[in-house]
Amino acid sequence: MKEVSYYPGCSLHGTAREYDESIRGVSELLGLQLHELEDWTCCGASSAHCTDEALAIDLAARNLAIAEKSRRELLVPCVACYSRFKVAEKEVKEHSAKLRFSYQGNVPIRYSLDFFCDESILEQVKKKRVKPLKGLRVVCYYGCLTVRPPQLTGIKKYEDPVHMDRLMEILGAEPIPWSYKTDCCGASLVMTRTDIVRRLGGKLLSMAKEAEADCLVTGCPMCHSNLDTRQDELGKEVGDNFDIPILYFSELMGLALGHKDAKKWFGHHITDPIKVLSAKGLV
Amino acid sequence: MNSNSLLSEVAQVSGEKVQACYQCQKCSAGCPVAYAMDILPNQVLRHIQYDHREKVLGSKTIWICASCYACSVRCPNNIDIARIMDTLREIANRSGIKPGEKDVPVFHSVFLDTIKSKGRIHELSLILQFKIKTRDFFKDASLGLKMYRKGKIKLFPSKFGGGKEIKEIFNSFEKREVK
Repeated sequence: MKEVSYYPGCSLHGTAREYDESIRGVSELLGLQLHELEDWTCCGASSAHCTDEALAIDLAARNLAIAEKSRRELLVPCVACYSRFKVAEKEVKEHSAKLRFSYQGNVPIRYSLDFFCDESILEQVKKKRVKPLKGLRVVCYYGCLTVRPPQLTGIKKYEDPVHMDRLMEILGAEPIPWSYKTDCCGASLVMTRTDIVRRLGGKLLSMAKEAEADCLVTGCPMCHSNLDTRQDELGKEVGDNFDIPILYFSELMGLALGHKDAKKWFGHHITDPIKVLSAKGLV
Repeated sequence: MNSNSLLSEVAQVSGEKVQACYQCQKCSAGCPVAYAMDILPNQVLRHIQYDHREKVLGSKTIWICASCYACSVRCPNNIDIARIMDTLREIANRSGIKPGEKDVPVFHSVFLDTIKSKGRIHELSLILQFKIKTRDFFKDASLGLKMYRKGKIKLFPSKFGGGKEIKEIFNSFEKREVK
């Protein structure tokens, strides 16, 4: 059993609980033992980096220092946390930033989607898949920070990423080409300029609908929250009605791998995915 | 370069070469929130070069920027414009210039207060504090109830043991603020 450190981040202890539960569920099925970092604290995103750079580095580095004690890979499902951790790592490695915590930049920081797209994991998924997601048309929505900036993420095809599409194919689903893979949903403005989020989110769902997708797949808790919880508002904004389930890639992995709790995860969604999935005979 | 100019301050804090901008406007063309800005990203860079401090630090733009990094990855001169926006928000916070967007800086300060007191973001505490500050109690109330029914709202913050370190981090931040 491979051991991995785990930093859930604040969203996964609240609104994104189905993301947390499905990541844990899928990890178990793949023989990964997750060790949640003891006494982890908020990474500071997005407010710390908008306020004071040193504060942003400190808040991230405190967690990285805890992770470095074990030298295990650090699995990070929230892409905002991931991005802040990678910035702190870069500051330490390339600019020898002085920190109040003992952190040398020696923890492999892994964003969940990238981690589960490793060849070794994909091989296991192929072998352990019990319920291919046959007939499920998905649009893969990567958003911003999963791919940008590539100097931090290491993603080569940052304008047209394909790794989530490939994962979906392996799960048996049908990823559909669309042009909005990496467009921003405006997440950080959801509390303050909700009007902007409505416009950007409305556009994304219109395009998903135009592509005739059964659902939209993401690996970002902020994108998920924006697109899942406000579909009536987003619809009004663009003069349409939406009923497009927004799923975490890990939920679809869990479904294809036959995890017993998959239906429970879907129960936490505001836009019900069970209707679409049962029409396809998947739940 | 005048060492007191906004240009040198931005260059020093961000490490970015603002002068390298030749106004191709690629940043603004690809910006998903440009439509809501009062000055476009390429114009921000020009105003920095001209030392138009009030215009830049008092703009809506620096608070509207969603940090999506589309501009940074597409700039032909490798200027990390999203990082410059962070730097401008940092300078604006300390400038005393009235922010062009009222609620966004308030949100950031409530967010940081929540980390300071709880170590983690407890979403419900954050939202309630923000509503108290902005006096907009009804916005998203029915959405909140729906989310509660779906088990998405955690009523109480979780306990954490890193309080002393968090306090130290914020102490040194507050010292920098006073300077």
